[in-house]
Amino acid sequence: MNFRVKAKLADAEGVRRTLTRLAHEIIERNRGLENLALVGMRTRGVHIAQRLRTLIKEIEGGDVPSGVLDVTLYRDDFRLKFRRPQVQVTQIDFDVDEKNIILVDDVIYTGRTVRAAMDALMDLGRAARIQLVVLVDRGHRELPIRADFVGKNVPTSIGEEVRVRMTESDGEDAILLVESDETQEEDRTHVV
Amino acid sequence: MSSDRSQDRQLSSRHLLGLEGMSAEEINYFLDTAETLKEVLDRPIKKVPTLRGVTVVNLFFEASTRTRLSFELAEKRLSADIMNFSKTGSSVSKGETLLDTARNIEAMRIDVVVIRHQSAGAARYLAERLRSVVINAGDGAHEHPTQGLLDLLTLRQKFGDIKGLKVAIIGDVAHSRVAKSNLYGLKALGAEVMVCAPPTLMPRGVDALGVKVCYKVDEAIAWADALNILRLQLERQEAGLLPSLREYAMTFGITLKRLEKARKTPVILHPGPMNRGVEIESAVADSGASVILDQVTNGVAVRMAVLVLLSTPEVMV
Repeated sequence: MNFRVKAKLADAEGVRRTLTRLAHEIIERNRGLENLALVGMRTRGVHIAQRLRTLIKEIEGGDVPSGVLDVTLYRDDFRLKFRRPQVQVTQIDFDVDEKNIILVDDVIYTGRTVRAAMDALMDLGRAARIQLVVLVDRGHRELPIRADFVGKNVPTSIGEEVRVRMTESDGEDAILLVESDETQEEDRTHVV
Repeated sequence: MSSDRSQDRQLSSRHLLGLEGMSAEEINYFLDTAETLKEVLDRPIKKVPTLRGVTVVNLFFEASTRTRLSFELAEKRLSADIMNFSKTGSSVSKGETLLDTARNIEAMRIDVVVIRHQSAGAARYLAERLRSVVINAGDGAHEHPTQGLLDLLTLRQKFGDIKGLKVAIIGDVAHSRVAKSNLYGLKALGAEVMVCAPPTLMPRGVDALGVKVCYKVDEAIAWADALNILRLQLERQEAGLLPSLREYAMTFGITLKRLEKARKTPVILHPGPMNRGVEIESAVADSGASVILDQVTNGVAVRMAVLVLLSTPEVMV
């Protein structure tokens, strides 16, 4: 896909610092690790959840369970997107009931993905609480949803896009502000 | 989040009429999707909202238990609205044609038509005439693509890879849509296929499809990694193609005794419903080599995958 990088919002070192702060905030706000569980949203949310899990272990000395959520089957644009879906497996090996779930995503934009994720989680059990952590909040919410923990607030225009790159899937850690060549309409169906 | 265009997977048709001519990539797209959807069936709440607002009609002009229930369950697991139609008790018995029945149903704004019909080509006939997506649930002796896909999924789970796998299809190959869908799918994925039947139940020209032909069931057992045992339709004997069911059972029935002679016991598949004691001995059907019940579970997942993938709009190029 063609896009132009307008700015590098964070390099590997910046991503590391932000994740470390987020890990501290999560532990502080939850007063420890009791009943805590991380759920990463595909694709990059999964990598971020793994990083947070490692950081939390280093900071607090305890392990928290983590799982993977694929929200494709819960999306509200399922029948609108002009592409065939790529359904991937949801893997949550712990009991969701009574857990404090930390939902992890790379970027929050319209909020529709998070809405889908909450519906998906509720079908798996009754969590005591769901909190949301994102690396970047780029604004333009279409639903009354906000993140509990935000790495960076990045005001963007609709034509811009925030790309989070993680070593696991992209070969480097970075946060980029890009301008996409594609039409706005298509853009939105991609990035929601 | 955004993903690469290169990950886009596409389908060659907006309908599923058969596996003939389907590429390995497309078949694997269905199988991979089915594999991930299996997880939904193990949840406490076995339902996802994916097809909310999509209406599916199950048009069954021919008797079916397993396939109809399996489609119905798949539709319900995906939250589609469903309507069931069967030949008995409908206006078909008053002489309405297939096209009129279908047009009337479509006038009710149906998105997906699942059709089972005794005539080969019935699904294609509808697909060419209706706006709805058409899914073939078995048309005469032509194809039964979802059965083919679920057999492939079962084999893939058991063996890891289908390429190079030796699969023997045994029984009434000539009249079997299951045999045809299996054959096309297996060949596309690179399996070696053998068909084994009495001469009267072997289709003419089958060797042109690149399959091994064999008339002795012991040879098939010795050769194969897996046996797909077809149901013997009991009316074939009345049509004079078989001397007697007992003779068929003795010469072509798969028994433990026959399997024990093989160096390695092949995996046993059967599309159901089984005639125990005719094409398959009870002890074989219930043995550890049998994956017949896995086929049933996979059937629901495969039909969910087909419904999910075909209910989304086509890729606009």
